[in-house]
Amino acid sequence: MDKIMKYLCALLDWIDARFPLTKLWNEHLAKYYAPKNFNFWYFFGSLALLVLVIQIVTGIWLTMNYKPSAEDAFASVEYIMRDVEWGWWMRYMHSTGSSAFFIVIYLHMFRALLYGSFKKPRELLWLTGMFIYLTLMGEAFFGYLLPWGQMSYWGAQVIISLFGAIPVIGDSLALWIRGDYVVSDVTLNRFFSFHVIAMPLVLLGLVFVHILALHEVGSNNPDGVEIKKKKDEHGIPLDGIPFHPYYTVKDIVGVVVFLIFFSMVVFYNPEMGGYFLEHNNFIPADPLKTPEHIAPVWYFTPYYAILRAIPSQVAGVFAMGLAVMLFFFLPWLDRSPVKSIRYRGWKYRLALTAFTISFLALGWLGMQVAIPTYTWLARVFSVIYFMFFVFMPFYTSTDNDKPVPERVRYP
Amino acid sequence: MATSGHQLSYHINVDTSDVESLQRGSRIFVNYCMGCHSASYMRYNRLGQDLGISEETLKANFMFGTDKPGNTMEIAMKSADALKFFGVAPPDLSVVARSRGADWLYTYFMTFYRDPSRPFGVNNLQFKDVAMPHVLWELQGFQKLVYKTVTHEDGTEMEVIESLEQESEGKMSPDEYKNTVYDLVNFLVYLAEPAKFKRQKIGIWVIVYLLSLLVLAYMLKQEYWKDVR
Repeated sequence: MDKIMKYLCALLDWIDARFPLTKLWNEHLAKYYAPKNFNFWYFFGSLALLVLVIQIVTGIWLTMNYKPSAEDAFASVEYIMRDVEWGWWMRYMHSTGSSAFFIVIYLHMFRALLYGSFKKPRELLWLTGMFIYLTLMGEAFFGYLLPWGQMSYWGAQVIISLFGAIPVIGDSLALWIRGDYVVSDVTLNRFFSFHVIAMPLVLLGLVFVHILALHEVGSNNPDGVEIKKKKDEHGIPLDGIPFHPYYTVKDIVGVVVFLIFFSMVVFYNPEMGGYFLEHNNFIPADPLKTPEHIAPVWYFTPYYAILRAIPSQVAGVFAMGLAVMLFFFLPWLDRSPVKSIRYRGWKYRLALTAFTISFLALGWLGMQVAIPTYTWLARVFSVIYFMFFVFMPFYTSTDNDKPVPERVRYP
Repeated sequence: MATSGHQLSYHINVDTSDVESLQRGSRIFVNYCMGCHSASYMRYNRLGQDLGISEETLKANFMFGTDKPGNTMEIAMKSADALKFFGVAPPDLSVVARSRGADWLYTYFMTFYRDPSRPFGVNNLQFKDVAMPHVLWELQGFQKLVYKTVTHEDGTEMEVIESLEQESEGKMSPDEYKNTVYDLVNFLVYLAEPAKFKRQKIGIWVIVYLLSLLVLAYMLKQEYWKDVR
């Protein structure tokens, strides 16, 4: 036994002399100090990483049998569902995974809004996260065309035509994206290429940068206190604990709980009442038959509701783009000296509550057939959505923030 | 006088673990539906395996002439001909239960009624002006619409559909027909996702496993976190 350990240590020394293995392990896990007061909201970062892995692994297996052609795509998905061993499992993990990805990411972002994790010194961390979010939207959009059902086809048609609304260059831009005058085999081929190569590469690169940025500045926490300000004689933050083993064992609990919910969907409700797999997407794409009601998948519907709320299409597209882009400016829009909602005044609390309600309401409205009442509701909620950002410098700088403690509160 | 939309809709609790029902449904499907509709993502031998139908029975009662057990359930009718016969090509039914839903299908089969203005003399409450004839008429017989007059608060009168009434007898009693339609819809639900029964059987063990893993993971976490103050 001792002999084996000796050889292993020698091997590690050999590696460390050539590659910073021990150094990396220490810097990012064993001697990376995270605040000890993380709560429920801090599970979603590691869960996002888990879902990313699920999507890549299941995606590799799906690609082995999927055929990216207008002629064969729909049939090849059914082939995976029926004839490929465990194909249905891979497919449902992947389709459930895409929705799970957005659920986890939205909660991860909401955590940042709750505890001010986007504020100085974490501006770049927030920006890289936002780029991940944009890439994820692209990845989901490209991937949704691949099953080549009616919703895949017409959803893509509608979204690409939005680019056509951009003045002057719009039409040529839409044509350039499609590679054809309508969504066709050509479009499917390039979307497949983007979905399995381009976007995942960008995503992995950005995730790497995101984690590097996080480990440089260190994690925020529910109290919004910088733990690096109070260190012991060894330079270790007094309120910090090594990520490994403390948060690795804690995140395993989160992972298992997540997998339980995930499996409940995969094995018992993969369609999720038509929200994760839409009923109309079980009809093969038909370029000659427009479905009566076209709505994007749930994770895009808040923005879709904003688009539809505005009568002019150009303005709608602009507002929709702005609704996403405004998140980028949060670190500079927020003027409060306080990070965490625990010590913020009533103004930010009220604004965040109104914003959250608006986001959810817009998400619901975006799925409904647009009747006049709903359109008006969507307008009201869109205004609240934008007010959250536009007035942020004013209400955060005049808020009755409370004093922040020196140290984190634990337990 | 205006008539308003129908209120007749049926709800069905499918049970794809009821193999006998699926077997009966598969016979109806092959005998009545597959004249015009294919199920081109489904293989005969998978059907045999899942429903416990022997290869001999498959060959004798399910497959057409030159089909092999590994073939998918294609039909001989060309879609160009079908277009001429019906005005639309009959859709492939492999995943129809996933796009329409079981309740829709059940209601569809229950609500054919006589309508001389239509090319095949029948119309349908669930799918207005459907191009399909009432293929199961010899089993069900024909139904006719029964209207009733409703007077609104403002005094206007309106004819609304009250119910469907048996007009001529079929080979089956109404209850027998209902059971047959149940079997057929049950089969269509199975056909749309043959792996469904399997995934539901496996899922429980996956979740039981994860729940026991959760106990261990939680105990591990508690053990490590004891010394965090």
